[in-house]
Amino acid sequence: MANFIRRLNEIPREELFASGHGLCAGCGIPPMVKIALKAVDGPKTVVNATGCLEVATTLYPNTAWRVPWVHNAFENAAATASGIEAALRALKRKRGWKDYKIIVFGGDGGTFDIGLQSLSGALERGHKFIYVCYDNEAYMNTGIQRSGATPIGAATTTSPAGRVIPGKPENKKNLLDIVLAHRVPYAATLNSAYPIDMWNKFAKASEYLDKGIGPIFFHYYSPCPVGWRMDSALSIEVARLAVQTRIWPLYEVEEGKIKINVMVRRPKPIEEYLKLQGRFRHLLKPENRHILEKIKEYVELNWNRLIRLSQLDSIY
Amino acid sequence: MSITVRQIRTGLNGDEAVAYAVKHANVDVISAYPITPQTIIVERLSEFVYNGELDAEFIPVESEHSALSAALGASLAGARVFTATASQGLALMYEILYITSSLRAPVVMALGNRAFSAPINIHCSHDDAYAARDAGWIQFFAETVQEAYDLTLIAYRVSEDRDVLLPSIINLDGFILTHSVEPLNIFADSEEVSRFLPERKPVNPIDPDNPITYGPLALPDYYMEIKRQQAEAIYSSKPIINRVFEEYKEFSGRRYSPLKTLYIDDAETIFVLLGSTAGTIRHMVRKWRRENKRVGVVSLTLYRPFPEEELIEAIKDAKNIVVMDRSFSYGSPGGQLFMDVSSTLLKYGLSPRILNVIYGLGGRDFTPDLAEKALHLVVETDEKIVWLGVRG
Repeated sequence: MANFIRRLNEIPREELFASGHGLCAGCGIPPMVKIALKAVDGPKTVVNATGCLEVATTLYPNTAWRVPWVHNAFENAAATASGIEAALRALKRKRGWKDYKIIVFGGDGGTFDIGLQSLSGALERGHKFIYVCYDNEAYMNTGIQRSGATPIGAATTTSPAGRVIPGKPENKKNLLDIVLAHRVPYAATLNSAYPIDMWNKFAKASEYLDKGIGPIFFHYYSPCPVGWRMDSALSIEVARLAVQTRIWPLYEVEEGKIKINVMVRRPKPIEEYLKLQGRFRHLLKPENRHILEKIKEYVELNWNRLIRLSQLDSIY
Repeated sequence: MSITVRQIRTGLNGDEAVAYAVKHANVDVISAYPITPQTIIVERLSEFVYNGELDAEFIPVESEHSALSAALGASLAGARVFTATASQGLALMYEILYITSSLRAPVVMALGNRAFSAPINIHCSHDDAYAARDAGWIQFFAETVQEAYDLTLIAYRVSEDRDVLLPSIINLDGFILTHSVEPLNIFADSEEVSRFLPERKPVNPIDPDNPITYGPLALPDYYMEIKRQQAEAIYSSKPIINRVFEEYKEFSGRRYSPLKTLYIDDAETIFVLLGSTAGTIRHMVRKWRRENKRVGVVSLTLYRPFPEEELIEAIKDAKNIVVMDRSFSYGSPGGQLFMDVSSTLLKYGLSPRILNVIYGLGGRDFTPDLAEKALHLVVETDEKIVWLGVRG
């Protein structure tokens, strides 16, 4: 029976992710992890790529995890999860071991860049797990270096807002398109300002796994007050603006059928989103107007494409 | 000697022998990527799985990095796990070698020893084995196809022992063993073998009822203690390895020990080496003995943990030591085994005349005349490192 909710107060209070971890105030990761661990029901195991979540929650001899948790390296979370899932299949069959669900957490560096091959291999082989990429749009754990997920124009420590090159010149990679090229049964975007939507997607993922269907992929918008140079109190507001400006469309794809979860009919001006974040502030200067225009074009192009694709019975 | 189980006399190449051992070990998960010369191992294992002869999950990963990553995950989950690789593949696994041993995951890996690129070569060198020597894996070297089969079974018993819990590598010389058919005895099936190698009893496997954090962050306040424990663990595996060798002898009738010796008791000159070339040297030693030359040979079946005491016991009275390396450590005082042997001699206060022979790189033949040459050079040259069989 599906574990869907309509109100936040339906979320059980008992946490599998303990307080006392070292993630920053306003960080988008903990609320997502808490929801994931509760909305995915039954016994579960977490696999974590190297990154903020890993270092901030497992400083030996302490741990924030009340579920089994495995960290191998940076680029191989999907491969590690593949091994666990295969082992579990063999052990269930040969020795009657009990089943559990596998949830993988990787950042954008560990998923878009260095871990992409391992992810692609695992998706192609069809391992039954949920992979969540928490995307804070740069290598935040190592000091805010640009990644394939960093949006165009954003200033990072390796794409600074220079006098000649004002921030990252390239557009963000469309990770979900790459994932969908593997024809995964269920994929979706998540956003920290939409916890009910997020819960219900995890609950749906849990149901898929119960039916033996996977892999499932979630792309989560994870605000980073430190890396984005913004007030940590604005974390959720900025996340909501990302949806309301159409920068971060909330949608899900089931067997190739796209459903837009939050239809943004009258988008807010992109400047409202950019001006709250230090990483984008230089883009509001007159001399960088051309980059701002590029961002607007790119957001519009993506949104219109998504609308067109959502009208198809299946994009597969 | 009591041979207690039925064995079958057959002919297999080294790769197939390893594949049969893995089948007879009744492994749960195999994760591997094709790379010559180990490819046949994985092809045979795939056949066993796809034909229902082996009840295991076969993960055809997209790289060696993922091969070992998946093997590590499966091992932590509690499965008996196998992977195999060679040269570049081992190099690509390098990062995960250290993580596997430090997370105390008893993964067993066959390594079809082969030269590192460049130039790309595919033939035998020990570059890959040596590259893994500091990574905390137990390493065995097979000299024959029979040994490749036996050592694979032995490796599971050792690695999974609750007082060891370290991964193992079985080295077999690329092509020389991996692709050569030799006669050997194998057991009838995994049921027979289970009397020597029962089902794995994992220590602290992944279990949602008993949640454990595997692979946490440890900073300067704890890191060093964890590494010290790892160092103790591999040293402490020695007596357990010896005990498993003994039990395997009872089970199979075949005797193993950390090193194999021939004519060492009164030898003036002793050759020390790894891998299949030991057969060539043993042949030469017998010839030299007929010529009243006092020469002996020591070949190491166990490379890590390094069998220091046994080695010293074997070579302590020799005047001349020839250490043969099928690789080179560029810019170092010598080849890798040479450095191991030299520092062991120094540690025990011994200083024989010692010569490092570099041979057979990238599959270059090592012939009896080269052995003859090495025997002359150890007393005649003041050079400490000679490359034999090389032009110019």
